Amino acid sequence: MTLLAVQSLSKSFGGVVAAQDVDFALERGEMLALIGPNGAGKSTVFNMIGGQLRSDHGQVLLDGQDITAISPQARFRRGVGRTFQVAQAFLSMSVAENVQMALVSRARESRALWSPARKRHREEALMLLDRVGMADAADRPCSALAYGDVKRVELAIALAGQPKLLLMDEPTAGMAPRERAALMDLTASIAASEGIGVLFTEHDMDVVFGHAGRVLVLLRGRIIASGAPDEIRSNPDVQQAYLGDDHALAQPTGAEAP
Amino acid sequence: MDPSFLVIQALNGLASASSLFITACGLTIVFGVTRIVNFAHGSLYMIGAYTAATLVPRLLELSFGPVSFWAGILVSALIVGIIGVLIEVLLLRRIYGAPELFQLLATFGLVLVVQDLVVQVFGPQDILGPRAPGLRAPVEILGRRFPSYELVLIAAGPVVLGLVWLLLRRTRFGVLVRAATQDRDMIAALGVNQAILFTGTLFLGAFLAGLGGALQIPRVAANTGMDLAIIAEAFVVTVVGGMGSVTGAFLAALIIGQLQAFGILIFPKSTLVVVFLLMAVVLAIRPNGLFGRPETVGGTHAVGIASHKPRSSNWILGLAAIAALACLPLAADAYLLKVATEILIFALFAFSLQLLIGVGGLVSFGHAAFFGLGAYGAALAVKWLGAPMEAALPAGLVLAGTGAALIGAFVVRLSGIYLAMMTLAAAQILYAVAFQWVEVTGGDNGIVGVWPSAWASGQVPYYLMTLGLTVVAVFLLVRIINAPFGYALRAARDSEPRAESIGINLRQHRWLAFMISGAAAGLSGGLYAFSRGSVDPGLLGIPTSVDALTMLLLGGIQTVMGPLVGAGVLHFLRDQIMPLTSLWRLFLGLSIIAMVLLFPRGLVGTVQHWREERA
Repeated sequence: MTLLAVQSLSKSFGGVVAAQDVDFALERGEMLALIGPNGAGKSTVFNMIGGQLRSDHGQVLLDGQDITAISPQARFRRGVGRTFQVAQAFLSMSVAENVQMALVSRARESRALWSPARKRHREEALMLLDRVGMADAADRPCSALAYGDVKRVELAIALAGQPKLLLMDEPTAGMAPRERAALMDLTASIAASEGIGVLFTEHDMDVVFGHAGRVLVLLRGRIIASGAPDEIRSNPDVQQAYLGDDHALAQPTGAEAP
Repeated sequence: MDPSFLVIQALNGLASASSLFITACGLTIVFGVTRIVNFAHGSLYMIGAYTAATLVPRLLELSFGPVSFWAGILVSALIVGIIGVLIEVLLLRRIYGAPELFQLLATFGLVLVVQDLVVQVFGPQDILGPRAPGLRAPVEILGRRFPSYELVLIAAGPVVLGLVWLLLRRTRFGVLVRAATQDRDMIAALGVNQAILFTGTLFLGAFLAGLGGALQIPRVAANTGMDLAIIAEAFVVTVVGGMGSVTGAFLAALIIGQLQAFGILIFPKSTLVVVFLLMAVVLAIRPNGLFGRPETVGGTHAVGIASHKPRSSNWILGLAAIAALACLPLAADAYLLKVATEILIFALFAFSLQLLIGVGGLVSFGHAAFFGLGAYGAALAVKWLGAPMEAALPAGLVLAGTGAALIGAFVVRLSGIYLAMMTLAAAQILYAVAFQWVEVTGGDNGIVGVWPSAWASGQVPYYLMTLGLTVVAVFLLVRIINAPFGYALRAARDSEPRAESIGINLRQHRWLAFMISGAAAGLSGGLYAFSRGSVDPGLLGIPTSVDALTMLLLGGIQTVMGPLVGAGVLHFLRDQIMPLTSLWRLFLGLSIIAMVLLFPRGLVGTVQHWREERA
């Protein structure tokens, strides 16, 4: 069965249509990139799937079950993990505690009042940190990490929920180019080995064309193209509407909002 | 019912709505631009009233007539405006970037300072101002006499609304104020001189507060209780109207004025309860008030406890401290033991607040509610049920926990400053109930004869019992802070989106935190009632809440043990200094301001920081 099915999802803010009849599907183990110029509605679509925004119309199905109206918390329990455009971690805690917190919540222990949180699920947390290459920093305060490292910790937190679907909103924003490729390689290998479907938005075209299995192009709230990276790269509509000219494929930072 | 009576009541409601609006309008404009909830706004109102009540009679002696009267009112408001400028330049300017809790505490420090200064400058007596020349005779409306000055007041509200509207719409300053209310950072990025804008805003806000106060002089004598009385109402008006919205404040003031005028027909004793219930209802339906917008300030603003490596030496220190406290009766006299008992009680009270503020980032400004509920719960059980102490203490704890469950259910829907004001309002409701429901609570006199059981009635046994209960409660709270529940609260404080996306139900956890914290505060309240033998409404008042906050600030909000140290130091200082000076509030207020500005880590936080720097 299809992992994630998005059906005619729509959302307007006042008179502005941020998303209109967005339809797509995502399979297990697939890396799907959602791209579009600024203001195209990427974050809106993303937040409707993540549960931060309520949609006006349409449905979001996870494993065939309707999750359109449920809270982010309930989505977590159904297997949705996410990272944020601006990394969100618990800065007052150590790196390991950040991941332990997610494990505690998964085990439904977050209301426990007695034995210390510090000691719970530590082994599993260290394993997850090892997978993202952050095991050495386990006992450092999260507030002392470089931004790129916080993004890795965020990935470990998201993986702690044993997600079926991973939502990554601009996963490499604010990272150095080499770090970007490394993080996305890591994500792709985890997704492949565990059969996690990954939906991500991205402005960096190297990341998009280098790591996505399939690309969706959003413009003014509508999907105007969908296909393999090479097809998207050569699609005249996409070039015309989104990228402006041929050079923009190499230098996407010049892309303008329509 | 007599229609003429209804008309008169409605007119009375309009007159108080006008006064309330003029004052609250200044508060909401200042908040809109500076994002500071100025607790001292009520103090500015009080200064306006005192200044006018002193100045206007002198002017009337020089030349008697309406011109002198109104000129005196305006000059008084201008003087208050200049005081507002001084406050902005000397204090507020330094705390715009500080966490909300520190801003509230610093401006409350100002309230304390002004209370003592007003007595120094104007003397301890209430001052009744002169009646306005030309408006002395009442007018007759539907066969009833109605003071003509009230009609002028009724007109003053809309006039001020119109002038403020013109100022905000038609002047460059107004454009900047509106722009800053929408997006302060953008205004800064556009190169607007923020210093002048903020100073100007404070002048306007203080001027309106002063005007509101000055206009009261023919109706009410200027008195030292005016500041906290008006600030609670002004908070309600701004919160109901939506923080930063002038029209919202006007509408809210109209509603509240009418509610107060007609509320006495339904609840003859407690109009305050009706008003605060309105606020509860509005905030439950519209968490940002009638015209307010959601706050963009997020959880990053919260300061609080962070993870530290557990030290084995902490255990030894803790046990040593407990042992030393247990041996205190061997060395101390009865007076010292009484002080030590009170310190322990307040330490538990402050510590219970730490669970909300330091751990959860929930700035509760009405923690006195739970302390007072615990005390009254115990006292009522003794008075009405004849319960012994062993049953009355748990009764107080249960009442406080239940109160916290009810209040918490409302306030966990809110965030930041709205949560602070809503908790304050909840405490004020309970204060009003305790004050006005005389048959049950004894009103102002409170309840006496709340004595401990025979085995605990001596100074030493009661001290030891308090020590035991406090140690057990603090130990349990520390376990909770370190347990997953405490961590989940911290997670919600650090990043709400992250906490939600790992499946933590924020409201549910915060609600539970309110209940636990409320129950612990209730235990301390019950212990306090039995230690003094009586309770009175003061236990539920704003100063009690601020005591707990000051203890937290003094000890260090980022530390687990800070509140205990803070409670000890504050109580000790109070005990030592209060008998020496009549200016205790001035001293305390200045100390709070100094701590916020110079010493925000607190005592324990500074030591901890120093140890970590060295390591």
